[in-house]
Amino acid sequence: MHPIGDALKTDVERDLNFASKKISARLILLAITTFSATAGISLIATPANAAETPTKLYGVVTSSTEQPLEGIGISIEGPEGFSADVTTDSLGAWEVLIPTKGTYSATINESDLPEGQALTDPTKGTAKANVFMLGVELRLLFPIGPGVEKATMLERSAQLTVDGLILGLIIALAALGLNLIFGTTGLTNFAHGEILTFAGLLTYYFSAIAKLPVIVAAPIAVVLSAFISGFLQDRYLWKPLRKRGTGLIAMLVVSIGFAIFLRYFFLFLFGGDTRQLPQYAGQAGLELGLVNITPKSILTTVIGVGFIVFATLWLLRTRMGKASRAVADNPALASASGIDVQKVIRAVWILGAALAGYAGVIVTVNQGVSFLMGQDMLLLIFAAVTLGGLGTANGALVGSLIIGLFVQLSTLFIPTELKYVGALIVLILILIVRPQGILGRKERIG
Amino acid sequence: MDILFIIQQTLSATLGVNAIIFALAAIGLNMHFGYTGLLNFGQAGFLAIGAYSVAVPVITFGLSLWLALLIGIFNSILFALLLGIPTLRLRADYLAIVTIAAAEIVRQIARSATFNDSLGGSDGITGKFGKEFFDLNPFKQGLTTPILRFNGNDLWVVITGWVLVALITFVMWIMVNSPWGRVMRAIREDEDAVRSLGKNVYLYKMQSLIIGGVIGSIAGFVYALSRQSVQPDNYGTALTFFAYTVLILGGAARVFAPIVGAMIFWFLIVFIEQVLRAGVTSNVIPDWLIGVNQVGQIRFMLMGLGLMLLMIFRPQGIFGDKKELALDAKA
Repeated sequence: MHPIGDALKTDVERDLNFASKKISARLILLAITTFSATAGISLIATPANAAETPTKLYGVVTSSTEQPLEGIGISIEGPEGFSADVTTDSLGAWEVLIPTKGTYSATINESDLPEGQALTDPTKGTAKANVFMLGVELRLLFPIGPGVEKATMLERSAQLTVDGLILGLIIALAALGLNLIFGTTGLTNFAHGEILTFAGLLTYYFSAIAKLPVIVAAPIAVVLSAFISGFLQDRYLWKPLRKRGTGLIAMLVVSIGFAIFLRYFFLFLFGGDTRQLPQYAGQAGLELGLVNITPKSILTTVIGVGFIVFATLWLLRTRMGKASRAVADNPALASASGIDVQKVIRAVWILGAALAGYAGVIVTVNQGVSFLMGQDMLLLIFAAVTLGGLGTANGALVGSLIIGLFVQLSTLFIPTELKYVGALIVLILILIVRPQGILGRKERIG
Repeated sequence: MDILFIIQQTLSATLGVNAIIFALAAIGLNMHFGYTGLLNFGQAGFLAIGAYSVAVPVITFGLSLWLALLIGIFNSILFALLLGIPTLRLRADYLAIVTIAAAEIVRQIARSATFNDSLGGSDGITGKFGKEFFDLNPFKQGLTTPILRFNGNDLWVVITGWVLVALITFVMWIMVNSPWGRVMRAIREDEDAVRSLGKNVYLYKMQSLIIGGVIGSIAGFVYALSRQSVQPDNYGTALTFFAYTVLILGGAARVFAPIVGAMIFWFLIVFIEQVLRAGVTSNVIPDWLIGVNQVGQIRFMLMGLGLMLLMIFRPQGIFGDKKELALDAKA
């Protein structure tokens, strides 16, 4: 029986789980101590006629643009004085056969890496493998990226500030919609992240499967997101629930169920891997002063800022926008003064889903899409709106930028894999000092 | 399609280790949410604290298992205090967001390579840390009948686990029917009214958080001991959400709800999974529709859908009383 939280594992791990279940408990404890999932765990276990066959440790060394790297030295050390040195072949592949059980460590020779390539985390130059049984194949990975580590502190800070602003923008796009929906309906929507995933998947399908250029696929995805995730979702799920008089906490739990359903539906359709759009995949970055930024990143960010400006003007200047603020303030009074509350809510859902859909497009174009994309963003989105003040539009923007910048800049001082932890701790600390958030009103304290 | 096998698997799961873990986790949530109205979405964090507190002291520091259990209780109280001090003043939905964040902090720290040496990184900890517990097992041969099947270790966990569940449920029953329990329920209904009666609401909420959290960490003990392994990704947000499903299924604010909920939950999950799997392997369900590896995904989709429908059509659960807790408290 699977423990329930297996859900959150990557597909590779899940397949392994299934495989290990199939061959029952015979394949025991094949533990391999590699890296965190962010660096990419890859563990392929092939049970064979155990005792005779030696275990194979192998791997493929590729550059940050997925090009194989040739002639990289790797040295392996193991028990009983075992040691071996290999170099990667023209495909970047290396392998070593090991005769006995035990703990092995493989170290990559960093000085063999070409100019501009380095380990993304200098502590991961050595990968450990625990070989509990023979006759299996273990794959070891070395995470290699552009040589950020060699950059100066100033350059890193500048780069991380830009990255942080972009992340802040992505969070802000999603948070604005979440906040507007919360303001007008009171719904804390745990399925908001899935709007990002859905739009990202649409972009992928239109671009990679239907072969449309990204520049066409992305707007279609945003429009469909507004229609399906916005209009249809409200019309056929939340509006009937409001009519039934379902309580807010009950709706919150419904949104959790909906999020779980959608997430695994996407996994069912799409599989568990992260996929890049074929177009612009290996786009080279531009050197702009201290920072390196890709043209696709610049373009998607500028359009994103345009979306935010549009949404803000909509809120401040148009009749509907003003009406939405009135509904947020007091739905009964707004309704009594002739505002069609349901129409306002519909407009808010459509706008919110379009914004969140575009956030999904940005992530997909720049980092690729996976079924967990929305879930990964959701906590940051919640952190941003809680920080800024749930229900306040400008609070969401401020909170998003703070979270975005903090997540990226904190990696100057803490390991990259802990960057979200830093952001979440800041969220809790600010709540101690200012429970209503930075720009929030006092009413939220219970 | 082997019907007897499906029945055996399903019934064993209904009474099995996972049902115990979820029953305990949901009893804790029942204290938080059912009786006090605290929307704690960080229960997985308490389970993780419990699980790691069993494994780390024994494996990394070589302490005795029984001492580790005490450390686990202590750690969960500490975690409840850390969590409660900043958050218990917040409204229900904010509390949900902050507790979920706290649980994620625990999981991400546990899986990070930075603490690889003591916490095992993303692979967690596997080892015989439950030896002292399993040495006491008088039923080493296990149980094999046509309708129920447990191996020796599982049988011992199941027997002790259900005894533990019964004991904790009994204590819960005494507590919630005491004057103290009535204050808790009053806080859930209207904390301002309770405050005006001179009760320290904050303190009561804190007690609730600690008690529910300790029960959650006991669920973590069972999780870790039964598998002799702790893996950080088992303690994600999904665990909390499914514990809520269990609670709501049985009926929040009912003492026996978590037990009934957990049994029904695992009965349905394993039954559906086994039937699907049998259907796929015998090609009754065509391969292009559902692959063998996709059965688990379908199961999770159904779990999500089930939680939605339950909340929409029967928010009081199977045994719940709509008057006791209708779940539409002002957020």
